[in-house]
Amino acid sequence: MSAAEGAVGAPTAAMRKAQTPFARIVSDFVANPVAVFGLALLVVIVLAAIFAPLISPQNPYDLAQIDVMDSKLPPGSKAATGGTFWLGTDDQGRDMLSAIFYGLRISLAVGTIATALALVIGLAAGLVAAYVGGRVESLIMRVVDIQLSFPAILIALILIAVLGQGTGKVIAALITVQWAYYARTVRSAALVEKRKEYMEAARCLALPPSHIVFRHLLPNCLPPMIVVATVQVAAAIALEATLSFLGLGLPITEPSLGLLIANGYQYLLSGKYWISFFPGIALLLTIVSINLVADQLRDVLNPRLQR
Amino acid sequence: MLPSSLGRVTRPLAEASGPLIELRGISKRFVKHLDLAARIGNRLGANVREEIVHAVDNVDLKVAHGEIVGLVGESGCGKSTLGRLAAGLLEPSAGERFWRGQALERLAPAKGRRQQLRTQMIFQDPYASLNPRLRVVDIVGEAPVVHRIVTKKQQVEYVGLMLNKVGLDPTLMRRYPHQFSGGQRARIGIARALAVKPEFLVCDESVAALDVSIQAQVLNLFVDLKSSLNLTYLFISHDLGVIQYLADRVVVMYLGRVVESAPAAKLFNQPNHPYTQALLAEVGRVEPKKRTFVPIAGEIPSPLDPPPGCHFHPRCPHAMPVCRARAPALVEISTRQFSACHLNDPAMRTTGQAT
Amino acid sequence: MSANGGPVLTVSGLRTHFFTRAGVVKAVDDVSFAVGRGEVLGLVGESGSGKSMTGYSLMGLIDAPGRIVAGSVVLDGVELTKLDAEAMRRVRGSRIAMIFQDPMMTLNPVLRIDVQMIEAIAAHEKIGEAAARARAREALVKVGIPSPDERLNAYPHQFSGGMRQRVAIAIALLNKPSVIIADEPTTALDVTIQGQILFEMQRLTRETGTALVWITHDLSVIAGLADRVSVMYAGRIVEEGTVVEVLATPRHPYTRGLLDSVPSNSVRGARLKQIPGMTPSLAHLPAGCAFRDRCARAAADCAAAPAMRALTPTGHAVRCFHPL
Repeated sequence: MSAAEGAVGAPTAAMRKAQTPFARIVSDFVANPVAVFGLALLVVIVLAAIFAPLISPQNPYDLAQIDVMDSKLPPGSKAATGGTFWLGTDDQGRDMLSAIFYGLRISLAVGTIATALALVIGLAAGLVAAYVGGRVESLIMRVVDIQLSFPAILIALILIAVLGQGTGKVIAALITVQWAYYARTVRSAALVEKRKEYMEAARCLALPPSHIVFRHLLPNCLPPMIVVATVQVAAAIALEATLSFLGLGLPITEPSLGLLIANGYQYLLSGKYWISFFPGIALLLTIVSINLVADQLRDVLNPRLQR
Repeated sequence: MLPSSLGRVTRPLAEASGPLIELRGISKRFVKHLDLAARIGNRLGANVREEIVHAVDNVDLKVAHGEIVGLVGESGCGKSTLGRLAAGLLEPSAGERFWRGQALERLAPAKGRRQQLRTQMIFQDPYASLNPRLRVVDIVGEAPVVHRIVTKKQQVEYVGLMLNKVGLDPTLMRRYPHQFSGGQRARIGIARALAVKPEFLVCDESVAALDVSIQAQVLNLFVDLKSSLNLTYLFISHDLGVIQYLADRVVVMYLGRVVESAPAAKLFNQPNHPYTQALLAEVGRVEPKKRTFVPIAGEIPSPLDPPPGCHFHPRCPHAMPVCRARAPALVEISTRQFSACHLNDPAMRTTGQAT
Repeated sequence: MSANGGPVLTVSGLRTHFFTRAGVVKAVDDVSFAVGRGEVLGLVGESGSGKSMTGYSLMGLIDAPGRIVAGSVVLDGVELTKLDAEAMRRVRGSRIAMIFQDPMMTLNPVLRIDVQMIEAIAAHEKIGEAAARARAREALVKVGIPSPDERLNAYPHQFSGGMRQRVAIAIALLNKPSVIIADEPTTALDVTIQGQILFEMQRLTRETGTALVWITHDLSVIAGLADRVSVMYAGRIVEEGTVVEVLATPRHPYTRGLLDSVPSNSVRGARLKQIPGMTPSLAHLPAGCAFRDRCARAAADCAAAPAMRALTPTGHAVRCFHPL
């Protein structure tokens, strides 16, 4: 038998180096300098949020550290205790920089947790709909359609009105708003993948359905989901900020960026812009960096380029 | 260490005298049901019909042990559907399937799984038929482990054995499919099928997507595996050159029906059905002289709207009035040669009318 | 060379390279041939041989990161590689036309057939709409489409695959080009439909005197249709000559290997003689003869790149130091 001739595994130059898909994704990602900048910015923001207690000059929740005599000081003013209020203070005398770090923490945490949970629920619903088909699929997708036809903010407001305020309830509202989008996206991807021959092969090999769904269908539906999830983190953060701005979001004791912006809103046109402005910039930078990363991820994970 | 018996393939001692696999009166209909909107429309006077495609229409197929049966036809003939029915990937709308004389439809689920493993399919597209996110060792090895043919610990060694059998270097098993060429991927697909120890392979245009020189390698591989592993093949192809080289028996399909079936030598030397004759006229021969192409007229009809009576009559140079009225039956016209054509009926030929 | 006066299309030393992150891909590497009026040239090769890229290069359809780095393409006396974009646009579609494997690469799915055909005419000539429509109708009749008036008002999705390809051929013929490049136009079609298309092409080239460059991997189509054939491997032409010469007496080991691989050429039951190994990647061609690693006749001197060497006065040539 021509085992030797057929054994064309003798690595000819024709074979690409043994590069795992992950390594290829990374090398494609860093080819775009704008995306790398976005990623760097995002990393800085996330680190600032994680290490907020360590890097903040002041703990903005500790009433002992706040002096109302320091209120509404412009950026760069000196504190009585000797430090500098780099970004000024708000109407309670809190250091803006510290408040922003802590606010980032809350915003990022709430956005990420809500997105992660919505992703799991949406994935499950979409996969089941695509694999099982028939009435089950129709039912799930009609629920998705109905939900997606309402504006997100409207659903969130109704839920908050019904459930009341609180961190857990805000996360529940965000999950309810988001899961339908994932379900729809993953169902489309799963329908395409289902027709491919490797899925038929898996059935031909009499593999159990759960094995087929989790080992074959799910991993191939993930690339579009990763992009959607990344963008949706930004959307969740923005939605939470909107709710907080309207006074319906997180409690005042844990001010997120939205609440900080709301607090300073009344001073915006009377010269004390920094109370709203700097939290707004922080929110903007967060969302922009997430979107830059998501954009490049979408190009890099595009199956057209996966050959 | 793998027990040495896993390297060999065991076969039942007594070869049954009947066929290995038999499909009797098999039909497969794909129906696009009316949805709610269409049903409402019909109540209001619109005439929306259900779309039914008779992909396979009352087909009998027998494959004897050790035989290579070639299944040929053009688009819409139903050969891929018939292949999937034979492989157990589709349920028939009508008719029965038999394996060594035993009816398949009445098997219990556990037995059904074991039965499913006996028939494997080799697919057409070497790119789409492998899961791009799994390494080759998992692609080939997951089914044997799930079905307890080998233990998880033995998986790597077993996959190495399989890759050797198809002529691939086992050290490559940790790579991903996109790192291989088309011909190598075809071999991986064959290794995956062989890993569950099938007796019957359905090859659905398995070499159509390959370059001619790679195709030759893979065809040689099929022939070698047949003798070393005692396999039986149903080889589906539109390429009559490949079929002529490979098949013992040939079955020709047109628009869901079998029009002719005969031993290969007889079919290629004395084709009976006009469609077979037209197909054979188009077989590519690399003879260095200019041909005058004499094509057969007309388009292949859509399976949604097949012509009445004999499906081929609009394009047939010998069509008679009876051909539009009644579909011809598949009859044995000489030893083991079957054809479905009114021309074979001496009574029809003289009158040309239905008697 | 053609017997009807000078060649219509002459390609000399064409090189098209793609400058990618993975390296320079030499898709077309020193390709030369000539086609005369009414002549059919077959360009044969497997995937990765560069045959399609040659066709695109002739049409000026090579985009970044690729470009034609050397060589000349002379059509009716005009050097195409030196033309600017606007001049090339005037030539493309009127003096030289292309038919693709997938007719939907030619046809716009949202426009009616008559609109597309009239557009193709109007792009190159100032002509009234009625006259353009008449010419479109005539072209459809010429390619054997029944009921052309109805078909003109139809959309591409209302045609079958074979019909669409005929429409694509009709569009190619609209402006009476001197050369048509056909890139595997029948590969995706059923065998009986392929026969119809080949019959039409044979008739049309005889009637209109259009030269035809037929790109394919299918040797049997070339055998029946072409006058001359050039066999491509790894971006280079390795053998050329008349169809009789090359297919009856192949001199290059690769051509011999290709012919041996075709099942209908073999005896039933005998093992197919296969070419060992795989086509090299065009980004990493071995030095010297590209076929060296797979050739049973390779010797030490094959480490140097062979040039085309004429074997007969009728133009049978091979790129090999040790031809059969």
